[in-house]
Amino acid sequence: MTYVVGIDLGTTNCAVGYRKLEADAAGSTHEILQLTAPGTVESRLLLPSFVYLPANGEFPQGSLALPWDKKAAHVAGEFARSHGANVPARLVASAKSWLSHSAVDRNSPLLPWNAPPDVERISPIEASSRYLRHLQGAWNKQHPERQLAAEDIVLTVPASFDAAARDLTIQAAREAGLQNLTLLEEPQAALYAWLEQAGDGFRKQVSVGDVILVVDVGGGTTDFSLISVTEENGDLQLTRLAVGDHILLGGDNMDLTLAHHLNQQLLQKGKKLDAWQFTALTYGCRQAKETLFANPSLTKAPISVASRGSALVGGTVRVELTRDDLTRILVDGFMPKVDVTDLPQTARRTGLTQMALPYAQDPGITRHLAAFLTRQSRIAAGHTFVHPTAILFNGGVFKGEVLKQRVVEVLNGWLTKDGGQPVKELQGMDLDLAVARGAAYYGWVRHGHGIRIRGGTARSYYVGVEAAMPAVPGFEPPVRALCVAPFGMEEGTHADIPPQEFALVVGEPTVFRFFASSIRREDRAGDMIDDAVHNDEFEEVAPIETTLSGDTGKLVPVNLQAAVTEVGTLELRCLEKNGRGRWKLELNVRTRDE
Amino acid sequence: MSQQIAFMERLKLAWRVLVDSLFASRVLDGLDALEAKSAAANVPPERLHASGLMLVAALQREGRLVDFLQQDIAAFSDEDVGSAARVVHGGCRKVLKQFFQFEPAMNGSEGTPMTVPGGFDAQRIRLTGNVAGNPPFKGVLKHHGWVAVDVKMPAISDALDPRIVAPAEVELP
Repeated sequence: MTYVVGIDLGTTNCAVGYRKLEADAAGSTHEILQLTAPGTVESRLLLPSFVYLPANGEFPQGSLALPWDKKAAHVAGEFARSHGANVPARLVASAKSWLSHSAVDRNSPLLPWNAPPDVERISPIEASSRYLRHLQGAWNKQHPERQLAAEDIVLTVPASFDAAARDLTIQAAREAGLQNLTLLEEPQAALYAWLEQAGDGFRKQVSVGDVILVVDVGGGTTDFSLISVTEENGDLQLTRLAVGDHILLGGDNMDLTLAHHLNQQLLQKGKKLDAWQFTALTYGCRQAKETLFANPSLTKAPISVASRGSALVGGTVRVELTRDDLTRILVDGFMPKVDVTDLPQTARRTGLTQMALPYAQDPGITRHLAAFLTRQSRIAAGHTFVHPTAILFNGGVFKGEVLKQRVVEVLNGWLTKDGGQPVKELQGMDLDLAVARGAAYYGWVRHGHGIRIRGGTARSYYVGVEAAMPAVPGFEPPVRALCVAPFGMEEGTHADIPPQEFALVVGEPTVFRFFASSIRREDRAGDMIDDAVHNDEFEEVAPIETTLSGDTGKLVPVNLQAAVTEVGTLELRCLEKNGRGRWKLELNVRTRDE
Repeated sequence: MSQQIAFMERLKLAWRVLVDSLFASRVLDGLDALEAKSAAANVPPERLHASGLMLVAALQREGRLVDFLQQDIAAFSDEDVGSAARVVHGGCRKVLKQFFQFEPAMNGSEGTPMTVPGGFDAQRIRLTGNVAGNPPFKGVLKHHGWVAVDVKMPAISDALDPRIVAPAEVELP
């Protein structure tokens, strides 16, 4: 192994960073070869996370070939995104969000979602695996002497990914033929990128007692983490304190909102865009947004939406994005000035909810932030919400300096009102590539260089135990939660659960309900908590199941044991009492009873 | 070899080929190049100029350049032409940035006096006006020129006919 490779497997874009395994190595970013048009292979810093599943004969034979796969039958990356925008029924997008969606069977071929019956479908795991296989092919082509499968790989996941989603990410990587894997949470990766860039100077920028808030708004997800700076034996220590819940809300929503707004204006003028032009408008909005953010003196930016046909002049539709609209829609819409007590609005679910991705109902990122800091009040040192002292931004959205300023402004408002100090902003690096670079840096840190962020699991995990009581019609017996993995379990450690009276039936599948909490940090393994279902400190995750081999019908008394693997995934085992039987409990990611 | 070579030159050449292996290999390389050239003459022009067509295809795909230039725009208002020009400018600029890195052929601000030294690169610097005498010349930089210092054209597949610069698009209901 000569390299550590960091892979940012993003909701909308993937990136690869790498670093030599030497003490004074420097990190770099790997450009990814991909199809940008039929028959055209180019390298780009990002691989858009899209898979296009072509119809038979849709493209000339051989035109989808990649330098490492002459017979490629599907497209991943730039061309998949650009062409798929016009053929949405064949486009697999946001596979990563589906990977963490516990209400669907993530092993089953369900993407493209809503595709007509004759379109081949793939599972969210298969989609993730295809991105990784593409990254692997491109890497091997460019580094023929260093095959990716032989390197140490750090794969990033949202901090909000639960145990099952982490498992599935590893499964996707294994299916792509990658073995030497470690998982890293994206906000931590962003902080590692900052550490890499700051070098020894980081000690001048943060000091003992600091609490760093990482705000990571990617294309499709928003992720918060808190990391504290402490001291041990005279050395600075970084500890990840808490992570937020999974929020499906990101930069893509922003561009779409702008596009819908301008589309309304055009409709009022009697100009109707078709789907193809609407895609172009969305792209134009992103450009115009970036132009306005980069040039504070401009009051508006023009957007030209090309005609569909070849008559470009005369057929091109012109529209303007004004700064007022940008501020009102993006800054006030997505980063509203709210109180720390304002919680995100959740729309009431109707009886028949269409199965789809659980997008955030409230676009107010500042409201989600308020909820996160308030929910973590257990570590707020006597305040009603956590007081961060420093903030690090990550994600392409924050190329807009105005959006950063707004978050800081709102946060400082909360802090000063509560008697706290304003936060200082840590200046990060390239917002698109920081996670990949930080991941590679972390791989290097794991080999004994630099400073490591500690923290362990960001959740505590519980097995649901139905209370023994007589059945009452129409009344669901309360489910008690037995803590099997406490908060903050470090990689490579295990927790034994004090003896409980568990007896499993041999030869039949046994299913446990499974709960997680990102707040309850005081529970120890073996603690029993009443009624997890009606307690909003718990969220129910995918159930776990096992089938004990042996003579059917026999009851075997067992003990439970939880372990966090070196890779960073959670494992639950049943150990036979007074015997040698050991069974792994699998996280059942196929279905969950709603 | 079709070029005429004087008898003495031929004699010298034969002599050097016999005794100077390095020179001999250069002669052979030259012959290979000539051969390659004549072989190229049999390649159809679209294959010979495939990368040129690919560039046009990219400019059309991203910036609608062929649409724009093929259209008769005399009757349209400047506003219409301007809106379309933004599409062309935005897209073609992106392609140019991806394929090439441009730098001025000569440093210095346009409109300022400068000196053209002796032995200047006549491809990089073009003299206009009163061109007389020998360098160094004193003059004014009128246009700084452009040089592609980095060329990064994508690999294109032989499977495709390079003449198809843009496919027809048919939308299925």
